[in-house]
Amino acid sequence: MRRPRPGPRTPAALVAATPGPAHTIEFDGRAIPALPGQSIAAALWAQGIVAWRTTRVGGRPRGAFCGIGACYDCLATVNGRPNQRTCLLPAAPGDTVTTQEGHGHAELAV
Amino acid sequence: MPNSPSEPSGSSGSSELSGSTGVAAGGAGYDLAVIGAGPAGLAGVVAAADRGLRCVLLDAGGGLGGQYYRHPAAELRAARPDRLHHHWSTFTALSRRLAEHREAGRVEVRLRHHVVLVQGVPLPGAPPVSGASTGWRLHTSSGVESGAGSTGRVDARAVLLATGAYERQLPFPGWTLPGVVTAGGAQAMLKAGLVLPGRRIVVAGSGPLLLAVAASLAAAGAEVPALLEAGGYLGYARSPGTLAAVPGKLAEGVVHGAALARHAVRPRTAHAVIEAHGTDRVRAVTVARLDRTWRPLPGTERRIACDALAVGHGLVPQLELATELGAATRTVPDGTLALRVDAGQRTTVPGLWAAGETCGVGGAELALAEGELAAATIAGQQPPAALLARRRRLRAFAELMAAVHRPGPGWTGWLSPETEVCRCEEVPLARITEAVQELGAGDARTVKLLTRAGMGWCQGRMCGPAVACLAGAGAGAEEPAADRRPFSCPVRLGDLAELPSD
Ligand code: FES
Repeated sequence: MRRPRPGPRTPAALVAATPGPAHTIEFDGRAIPALPGQSIAAALWAQGIVAWRTTRVGGRPRGAFCGIGACYDCLATVNGRPNQRTCLLPAAPGDTVTTQEGHGHAELAV
Repeated sequence: MPNSPSEPSGSSGSSELSGSTGVAAGGAGYDLAVIGAGPAGLAGVVAAADRGLRCVLLDAGGGLGGQYYRHPAAELRAARPDRLHHHWSTFTALSRRLAEHREAGRVEVRLRHHVVLVQGVPLPGAPPVSGASTGWRLHTSSGVESGAGSTGRVDARAVLLATGAYERQLPFPGWTLPGVVTAGGAQAMLKAGLVLPGRRIVVAGSGPLLLAVAASLAAAGAEVPALLEAGGYLGYARSPGTLAAVPGKLAEGVVHGAALARHAVRPRTAHAVIEAHGTDRVRAVTVARLDRTWRPLPGTERRIACDALAVGHGLVPQLELATELGAATRTVPDGTLALRVDAGQRTTVPGLWAAGETCGVGGAELALAEGELAAATIAGQQPPAALLARRRRLRAFAELMAAVHRPGPGWTGWLSPETEVCRCEEVPLARITEAVQELGAGDARTVKLLTRAGMGWCQGRMCGPAVACLAGAGAGAEEPAADRRPFSCPVRLGDLAELPSD
């Protein structure tokens, strides 16, 4: 007797998740779906996006590293506020996330 | 506006923060404040409330369970969260008992509350909890992530520190590329947000966590082309007695092994990722075989294509709050520092208890036993002999595990002068070498002052162990001392201004 073939393996399938409908956030002008309960970093990862910041010295790309709020590598500008830890910040409908350049205060010229 | 002592600071919309009162009536504060809602903290607070103590449980995160029992946000409606966990039923049972205690007004829970500072204060009123000659005032900050932050205070007669651990990272060329993530981070993002950093994920580093991470990534649909352990597993066989005394640990290993076999993932020992390649994100890694000191063996390099790398080298106990109070530490066989505690989980500071990973990394089962043990002695009771014996067996295994996966000194052999060691301040190895060899820095602190390594956002949590090791190569190297910092996390000036000046 064969067991029914499992569907494609995904994180959601693994834990039998039935999340509510996705809402939308904006990342650098692009609409990104986010599931209710996901952090901003998780919503970006789900779209295959792993970089949303450039470093202050070398201008190199960075994204989430530790995933738990300890490394501060996942900083982004969220709704105009720079230096937000996107791995901790739940994605709220309509959030605007922009790639943060350097220390995030370019417009202040500090 | 400063909050009055023992009042919820009420800054977050989370229902967990609903201003239930009653537990701390009378202004004398709680009998016990438990910091950290992972296995040790949950077991401790439930066992303490069972014994009639009025408790407050604080955690910086938004949910109960800590990193070990991290689980999908409720809105993701996961019917089978247990598939990402061992012993999920232990967590649900503890949560249920905690809920009963909250209902009865014996425990208050404050999530998204980061304890930034613990101060000894004289507390009026009722006699002190066993061993505590004074009381404690905990200063918290909350809502930092959303910007709607506020500070708060909690008074308690005893503190149980159950702050867990963070991951140890050893740098390698390319480790700052997007898509290179910590092993624990990959696990955390999967458990909480049901996402993966890529489709083809190499897992590398050292320690038993890697097996769990690789197994869950594969179960969630990732391809895991390589699982690399820099150390070995044979070391366990050298202490058969210690191993035989913890059959549960063997069973755990077998479960991970079976899950990995199902996905055709075969762990390779004495191998490491020595470089990650890519420009905008990681596209491939170079792996190499290591000698017994973890030095890469020339000619054994091999390139593996991947779009993510999950990497970590064991865990580091998180001790800031205790070391700032002067609590004594010990060096664990894996080279990390942990709090020194007695058989009743008392630290060397009267009134301050510790349990779980803060006493040396040993896993959830040990953390649960220690939390319960601490609760018993905080309540002034003799802990049950069976519990003491269980703790002893599991602690012995933890020490063995630490010795088996201790990083070998040869790991520095995979660094190049340009390799960034400090991620936040972008400090390359060359600058650290210069500080050590030319400027005479002999410890991590001096290296930090000369190079800014460890002075950025993460305050050395990512590069600290590596910098300490590199600084140790200089003349006059000593055993690293515990970091002492006045605050456990970055605090805003406005919040500082609200602290009492006495
Ligand atoms: S990924 Fe480390 S702080 Fe967000």
